[in-house]
Amino acid sequence: MWKWFHMLASPPHFYRIAGLTIPWFGWPALVLILVGLYGGLVLAPADYQQGDGFRIFYVHVPSAIMSMMVYGIMATAAAIGLIWRMKLAHAVAAASAPVGAWFTFCALATGSLWGKPMWGTWWEWDARLTSELILLFLYLGYIALRSSIEDPQRADRASAVLALVGVINLPIIHYSVVWWNSLHQGSTMFNPGAMSIEMKWPALSMLFGFMLYYGAVLFVRLRAEVIRRERNAAWLRQELAL
Amino acid sequence: MSLADFFYMGGYAAYLWPAFGLVVLVLVYNVWSARRALAEARRAAARRLQMEETRS
Repeated sequence: MWKWFHMLASPPHFYRIAGLTIPWFGWPALVLILVGLYGGLVLAPADYQQGDGFRIFYVHVPSAIMSMMVYGIMATAAAIGLIWRMKLAHAVAAASAPVGAWFTFCALATGSLWGKPMWGTWWEWDARLTSELILLFLYLGYIALRSSIEDPQRADRASAVLALVGVINLPIIHYSVVWWNSLHQGSTMFNPGAMSIEMKWPALSMLFGFMLYYGAVLFVRLRAEVIRRERNAAWLRQELAL
Repeated sequence: MSLADFFYMGGYAAYLWPAFGLVVLVLVYNVWSARRALAEARRAAARRLQMEETRS
């Protein structure tokens, strides 16, 4: 088991395995997202209160869940990198940040486009919206901090600390609709009975599609990180066919 | 349901289609930018290795 683990963490093996894994994430992701879009836009019935406007749900909620899930993965990887000094874990954190930031942006933008017709405003300084905006700033701060430090090992450590401090924001986002009197509606996705199955399955398809999509993009970015961190190794020469 | 009805989205077209369009655009962009980052890293590594070769 440990031997296998170390082999996987060795750059040439990881680079090769990541390359083989990408299509297994990418193609199912595409199928699940297309099925989810069709289900959400065509098959699902309109909401009895919000009509067809509720369909923004199918891109908004999966994006919002991913924005938090990716941050959780990023912070966990950063912690593993700090504790066990594992370069690959730091690489996972670094490779996750841009995707997570974009999911957060999508959650905010689609939420705004949903809020305008339903609440009558694009933006409200409400607990849920504000904490999600802070999440975007945490991602951007993480990316900016990394790019401002030249030495990769120092950049890894400093950005990992920032990622860990930001974890405190995750429960705040999640419970913001419970703790504060929020304009934002409560959770429907994980509240049994809140949504009929015809309405729910396209959202689940989108969510699983987004997860696999994140996996595919993560592995492409990880390959780039592995190459960036590798110094003059024979395998790299061979891989680049020099 | 006609195609026009579908695009009309019960009057929510102006909010709904930008939301979906934006997410699809971001998904495509992320794939493109990750692939570009990989190509960039490979080019930089190749340059570095070739420079080391000429030096030695």
